[in-house]
Amino acid sequence: MAIPIRDDENLEMNECSPDEIKKEILEKYPTKVARKRAKQIVINKVGEGCEVPEIQANVRTIPGIITQRGCTYAGCKGVVLGPTRDIVNITHGPVGCGFYSWLTRRNQTKPESPEAENFMTYCFTTDMQEEQIVFGGEKKLKQAIQEAYDTMKPKAIAIFSTCPVGLIGDDVHSVAREMKEKLGINVFGFSCEGYKGVSQSAGHHIANNGIFTHVVGLDDTVREGKFKVNLLGEYNIGGDAFLIEKLFEECGFTLISTFSGNSSIDKFANSHTADLNLIMCHRSINYVAEMMETKFGVPWMKVNFIGAEASAKSLRKMAKYFGDQELIDKVEEVIAREMPAVIAAQEEVRPRCEGKLAMIFVGGSRAHHYQELFREIGMDTISAGYEFAHRDDYEGRKVLPTVKVDADSRNIEELDVHPDPDRFRPRKTEEEMKRLQEEGVEFHDYDGMMPEMGDDKMIIDDINQYETDKMIEYYKPAIFCAGIKEKYAVQKSGVPMKQLHSYDYGGPYAAFQGAINFYHEVDRMVNSKVWKYIKAPWQESPELAAKYAWE
Amino acid sequence: MLLRHTPEEIVERQALMINPAKTCQPIGAMYAALGIHGCLPHSHGSQGCCAYHRSTLTRHYKEPVMAGTSSFTEGASVFGGQANLLQAIDNIFTIYEPEVIAVHTTCLSETIGDDIPQIVSKARDEGKVPEGKHVIHANTPSYVGSHVTGFSNMVKGMVDYLAEDGVEHKARTINILPGYVEPADIQEIKRLVKELGIDSIVFPDTSYVLNGPQTGKFSMFPEGGATVEDIRRSGRSMGTIALGPLASGAAARALDAKCKVPCEILDLPIGLNKTDEFINVLRKAAGVTVPDSITIERGQLLDVITDEQQYFYQKKVALVGDPDQLISLTEFLVSIDMWPIHIVTGTPGKKFEKRIAEITKDIPHKVNVRQAGDMFLLHQWIKNDPVDLLIGNTYGKYIARDEDIPFVRFGFPILDRIGHIYFPTVGYKGGMRLLEKILDVLLDRKDRDSPEESFELVM
Repeated sequence: MAIPIRDDENLEMNECSPDEIKKEILEKYPTKVARKRAKQIVINKVGEGCEVPEIQANVRTIPGIITQRGCTYAGCKGVVLGPTRDIVNITHGPVGCGFYSWLTRRNQTKPESPEAENFMTYCFTTDMQEEQIVFGGEKKLKQAIQEAYDTMKPKAIAIFSTCPVGLIGDDVHSVAREMKEKLGINVFGFSCEGYKGVSQSAGHHIANNGIFTHVVGLDDTVREGKFKVNLLGEYNIGGDAFLIEKLFEECGFTLISTFSGNSSIDKFANSHTADLNLIMCHRSINYVAEMMETKFGVPWMKVNFIGAEASAKSLRKMAKYFGDQELIDKVEEVIAREMPAVIAAQEEVRPRCEGKLAMIFVGGSRAHHYQELFREIGMDTISAGYEFAHRDDYEGRKVLPTVKVDADSRNIEELDVHPDPDRFRPRKTEEEMKRLQEEGVEFHDYDGMMPEMGDDKMIIDDINQYETDKMIEYYKPAIFCAGIKEKYAVQKSGVPMKQLHSYDYGGPYAAFQGAINFYHEVDRMVNSKVWKYIKAPWQESPELAAKYAWE
Repeated sequence: MLLRHTPEEIVERQALMINPAKTCQPIGAMYAALGIHGCLPHSHGSQGCCAYHRSTLTRHYKEPVMAGTSSFTEGASVFGGQANLLQAIDNIFTIYEPEVIAVHTTCLSETIGDDIPQIVSKARDEGKVPEGKHVIHANTPSYVGSHVTGFSNMVKGMVDYLAEDGVEHKARTINILPGYVEPADIQEIKRLVKELGIDSIVFPDTSYVLNGPQTGKFSMFPEGGATVEDIRRSGRSMGTIALGPLASGAAARALDAKCKVPCEILDLPIGLNKTDEFINVLRKAAGVTVPDSITIERGQLLDVITDEQQYFYQKKVALVGDPDQLISLTEFLVSIDMWPIHIVTGTPGKKFEKRIAEITKDIPHKVNVRQAGDMFLLHQWIKNDPVDLLIGNTYGKYIARDEDIPFVRFGFPILDRIGHIYFPTVGYKGGMRLLEKILDVLLDRKDRDSPEESFELVM
C-alpha cells in the first residue's frame, strides 16, 4: 500500500512507499549503523495467524544517535518505586540523579489522611563527594540512612545505586541488612546503576526483583472483600489510577494493591493474597506477576484501561474470571452507564478528527495502548514504536522462546522462584483455567503491538531525533506523541505534540472518563487555529504594495 | 501539607541531603555548550545522564535541547568508554553535522578515568572529525561542586580549545562572559553593551538558542550562539569582563593566562548598584560616554524603588539559588531596605557565606546563610523565623504553599512558569521586572488578606 504524503509546500498528496522511506532514512547512516537500524525499523505485515515480522529490540543504543532512552536507575527509582508514598527513597550517589527524579514524573498519590505518610515530595540523596569516590561511600550511606530514620521515622527505606556506586564497590545490600537489623524497619537496596542494561527496562526488572524479594508476601492478613485483584504496571500519571480504582469499586472488585500508582508499601506486602493479577504495562512489571504466580499461585492476565472499548473488554474479562453472575451483571451495568457519554464525545469530535494521522513513540506499553483511543475517534496511527520495550511487547509473548538473551540482558538477575510450601494456592483448578481459556479468557499472554497495527505501518524501535525529523517530514502527522525531550522539536516543525509520559500536565486518560478527556484533548490539538499563524502577513506576500491606500 | 514531615526542630545532618539546592556539573556544561553556535553537547557516560539533563533543560526553557550521549553499558564501564566516544563522534558528525561537539564527562567516566583529549585525538587520527570541525571538552565530575562548576568548566574549555592569541594585533573588542544566566539576560546584556557603543564578543550566548521563535521549521542548530570564530577572536580582545565570579571567573583568568587578555571579574548585574558597577566598568574600559538612554533606564528603576519603598521596607525574605545570583540579589534587596534573613545555596564554597555576611551586616536581625545547604534546612529556618517573601526555583512552591508565603520564581530550574525565558532579571530593566514580580505577590497577598473595610483600590 502506498501511503499518501502531504507535500509541505503545495499541499499536494504524493505517494511514497514505506520501503522507500525506510531506504531514504538509512542512507544517511554510516554502514554499521544502517545495518543495525534496518533491523529496528520494520514495515508491518500481519499474517493470518497474527504472525508479524521480527523486530530487533532491547539492544544497545548506538552512541551519539540522540536517543529518547534513559537509564536503569530511572527505570528502577523513577518508574517502579517512585510512586510509592511511604518509602523513604535514598539515592546513593552524586546529587544529580536524585535531583532529576524529584517529583518530575507526575505520579499522583492520595494518602489516607492529611497526616499520613507521604515522602514523594522529598528528595533524599547521599550527595556523594570525591572523598567517597576515593575511599568508599558505605559509611556515608549508613549515616544517611540513620539520619533519614531519625528525621522521618519511616516504616521502610530503600537505597538506589547510581553509576559510581557499582564502580567503587559499595555494597548497598550489606549496608541495608545492617541498618534493617539496627533500626528494626524494612531497609532494602537496589543495584540499579545507570549503566546496567540498555535502557530503563533493566531498571524495571531490578525493581521487580527487589520488591518481590523484600516486600511482597510479608503480610498474610487477608483483607475483607470479594473478587480481589492487583493492578500491575499502572503508575497513576495524571490520576489514571484514581479513575480505575473508582471503576473497580463500582463494579465490586476489591483492589488489594497497585504496582505502583497511588501505592503504599503495606499494600505490596499483602498483594499475594489477591486472586488475580492484572497487567497494564506488560514491559515494566510482568516479572512480579510471573513470580507471584510461581510462588503464590496468583494467575495474571493482560488488561488495558486506555480506550473505552478496551476498558469495557478488560472489565468483562475480569468478571468472567471470577464467574460470579452478580459481578458480571454489575460490570455490564457500569459499562452501560458509562458508554453513552463516551459515544456522545466520540460523535462530537469524530467529524473533526477522522482520517488524521498520529504517531506514537513512547515507553513500553503506551505506544500500543494509545492507538485504541485514536482509533475510537477515527484517527490512524501510521507509525509507532517503543523507547525501551522488548520483542514480546511488539510481536507478542509467543516469540519469547526465540528471544536471544544477550550479554546485557544476562547482567540482570533472574530470581529462582519456587512455590511457597505453605502459601502456594492455585486460584483455579486446571479444568477451570482450561475452560476459561476456551471461552476466550487469556492468561499469561500479551499479543503485542504489531498484530493490532495494519500492514505497511512503520514500526520503529528506539527512534532517534534524526528519524523523528524524517518521519515528520515524510508523513506530516496531525499529532505526534512522545516525551518531553521530543516535545518542542516536533512543535517547532509546526506539528502538535502530545507528551504521553507526563500527559502535558493534563489527564487522566484511563477508563471511560479518561477516554472522553483524551478525545477532547486530541480534538483541541489537531484542530487548533494557533498553528495557522506561523507566517506573518509580510511573509505570506513579501512584495511591497505600490501605494498604500491613504497615500 | 505537602512537606508535612519537615520538623521545626533543626538537627544538623552530616550525610543526608534532603531537597537539594543544587544539581550536578554536567547539566551546567550542557547548558554552556548550547551557547556556541552549531554545537552539539555530548554527555560521556550512561544515557540516563543525558536524558535527565535534556529533560530538565527542556522543562525549564520549553525549547528543543539537543545533545548526544556515549550510552555506556556494563562493558564500557569495565573497559572504558573509548569505543563509545569514537563511535559517537563519527555518528554525530555524519548524521547531525554540527560545527562543534562539546564533550563533558560524568561521574561514571570520571571514576573510570577516561582520557577525553586522548580519545578525541584518536578520533582525529582515524578521520572521524571532518576538516574544520571541532571537538572540545570539559571534565565535569558530578561529585565535585555543582551545576555552576560544570558551567564554569565548560566555558573555560571554550577558551582552552578555541581562543587564539594575537598579542601583536589587539582588537578594540571587549569580551563579555555573561555567566550562568538566562538567554533573555544575555540579550539584555548585549543590548546594554551595544547601547554604550561597544564592540563586544559575548560567550557562551544561549539567546535565540533557548528562546527561539516558532517558525514552523525545526533546526538542530538554531540561529543563536557565539560562533567558533567569535570565541577564537576573543583572544585578541583588549579585555574581558566576566560576570559572576563562580561561573565566569575561571574562563576569564584562563583567557588572560593563555592570550594575555586582562580581565575584570564582576558580580552579576542584578539590581541598581550591581548594574551601575557593570556599566561604569564598561564605560571606563572602553572609554565611552554613557548615553542618556541608559541613564534614563537607571532613573526609571530608581523611580520604582523610591515610589514603592513602603512596600519593601523591612520585609523579611528567604532566598535559595546559585551563589553568583544570590550575592547580587541579596545586595539588591538590602539596597531597597528588604531583609534577606535566610539564604541557602547548594553549591559548596565558604566564600559565599563571607560575602553574604558582609552584605547583610547592617540588617538588625539574625541572618542565616549556608553554602552546601539544602531546601529542607531553608524550610526549617522559615518555620523558626517566618518570612514575608520566598524567592527561589520552582521547588520553592512546596514551601510557599505549606507556609503560605508569597513566592517569586527566580533561578534554576523554573518548571512551571515561562517569564524567565523571555524577560531578563539583569540590568535596570531586569531590576524593574524583579521589583514588579515582588510587588505583585506582596500586594496580591495584601489584597487577599485585607479585611473588607480596609480593602484598598489604590495602592
